[in-house]
Amino acid sequence: MISANLLAIFYLISGILFILALRGLSSPETSRQGNLFGIIGMAIAITVTFLSIDNFSSGFLYVILFLLVGGSIGAFIAFKIPMTAMPELVAGFHSLVGLAAVFVAISAFLSPEVFNLGSLGNIKLASLIEMSIGAAVGAITFSGSIIAFLKLRGLMSGSPITFPGQHILNLLILISIIILTYFLCLNQSPNFFWSLIAISFLVGFLLIIPIGGADMPVVISMLNSYSGWAAAGIGFTLENTALIITGALVGSSGAILSYIMCKGMNRSFFNVILGGFGGTDQTSSKTSKEQKPVKSGNADDAAFLMKNASSVIIVPGYGMAVAQAQHALREMVDSLKKNGVKVSYAIHPVAGRMPGHMNVLLAEANVPYDEVFELEEINNDFANCDVAYVIGANDVTNPVAKTDPQSPIYGMPVLDVEKSKSVLFVKRSLSPGYAGIDNDLFYRDNTLMLFADAKKMTEDIIKNL
Amino acid sequence: MEIDPFIFRLSIFILSIFVGYYVVWSVTPSLHTPLMSVTNAISSVIIVGAIIASLAGSSLSVFNQSSIFGFLAIVLAAINIFGGFLVTQRMLAMYKKKKKDKK
Repeated sequence: MISANLLAIFYLISGILFILALRGLSSPETSRQGNLFGIIGMAIAITVTFLSIDNFSSGFLYVILFLLVGGSIGAFIAFKIPMTAMPELVAGFHSLVGLAAVFVAISAFLSPEVFNLGSLGNIKLASLIEMSIGAAVGAITFSGSIIAFLKLRGLMSGSPITFPGQHILNLLILISIIILTYFLCLNQSPNFFWSLIAISFLVGFLLIIPIGGADMPVVISMLNSYSGWAAAGIGFTLENTALIITGALVGSSGAILSYIMCKGMNRSFFNVILGGFGGTDQTSSKTSKEQKPVKSGNADDAAFLMKNASSVIIVPGYGMAVAQAQHALREMVDSLKKNGVKVSYAIHPVAGRMPGHMNVLLAEANVPYDEVFELEEINNDFANCDVAYVIGANDVTNPVAKTDPQSPIYGMPVLDVEKSKSVLFVKRSLSPGYAGIDNDLFYRDNTLMLFADAKKMTEDIIKNL
Repeated sequence: MEIDPFIFRLSIFILSIFVGYYVVWSVTPSLHTPLMSVTNAISSVIIVGAIIASLAGSSLSVFNQSSIFGFLAIVLAAINIFGGFLVTQRMLAMYKKKKKDKK
């Protein structure tokens, strides 16, 4: 049993350790230490919570039991999960944070006396509002993340699902949430509380279904942010500093990532959230697609070109993740390096399905992180590079974004792949990318299309090197 | 006149948003995926609320309406804590190995 003041100080310490955990991620060297700070912070928060309990009833044993059950499931998942499944794992974890927030809020609503918030039906007004916010945001995070998870896992179509009146429906639901919260505060009827949670689940669902697969980096970041705000809401209810600090950190972290992702696509946040991108453009581009001449080659040609190059830039995209081609890619780069070719990697901010997705996959394949560059760092180098090897990326290389103001992706920062002497474009077909527009790059004189699966083509090139 | 403790919590909250803002901008883009998994893990500090909630029952009946929700929340948060930190550790280890490779 420790005093409430001491308890608050320990929660503050764990909050600070969480800040240091994020601070560590500013460079790969300090990141592991940062993660350790995070673990220590968590251990402190849990330990002092145990110490603050005065009656060690049999319930305590169950707490330990459930903690271990959850912990082993989590550890099992963490060790088993392949790196390519990281986006859906993160989405799945977000849903758990959201649901946990909902459960804690329900528990606090049903037994407010345990948290010193008043008594059932007579909860302090401020606590009730905080609790409602925590529960509502938590529920939105939960159902939204489940949809994101299903889309990323491929269990649900990645294409946007839209229907007429969607935005008006969302607006009406948001208004009804506010009205419900108001009535909940007036008479504290549990029915209002349950309806509030049910409707919030619906919002999360409706919010994510119109958003397509390639916008997932924004969605995941946004849900990351929501899970933080939900935690902060609960933190206010429970008057817990660690939870408030963490919630604010996670909330702003997710918001910044969403901003970076939107900027990477030159789209506003609302544009992404309102969804339906690519639906109408797809039809218009199909009509304009004529049989323009395309040069296609095989692994032998590609190997010849790259072997005789002095510098090669690799441009990976989501297709590399799907084909699990990162290891083959690394092998190819190794043999190129043996031939004295200088190789670097160019990563677009929205390549893949989540922020930093490509970097993790390349790291998994043992690519040194100082060979991997961000868009701004490397974009000028394409002009001096002999071969650009585009593997699984499409829209992020489309020169149309710079030239055609009519294009839906106009203004989006793209990698200047076409400036390199020759472009090797690994793709299964000439089909347009996610934005539904034709890639001008396919028809350039200096482009050689390699029609094959990313992994298979890369392996074939290795044989020919 | 006394200041409502809520104002203190609000101050902490707002200052933390600012801290978060500056700290997260300094995170290198190549570590954005570990950033998401670690923020996942730390937001599961919500488990402290779950622990308190789960002890709402009396010693006679451990499981009542509200403690059951507490126990469920403990399981969910624990999955996240262990899963989040361990998977972050796994990812960061890969980044580190590179450096040794290079030398």
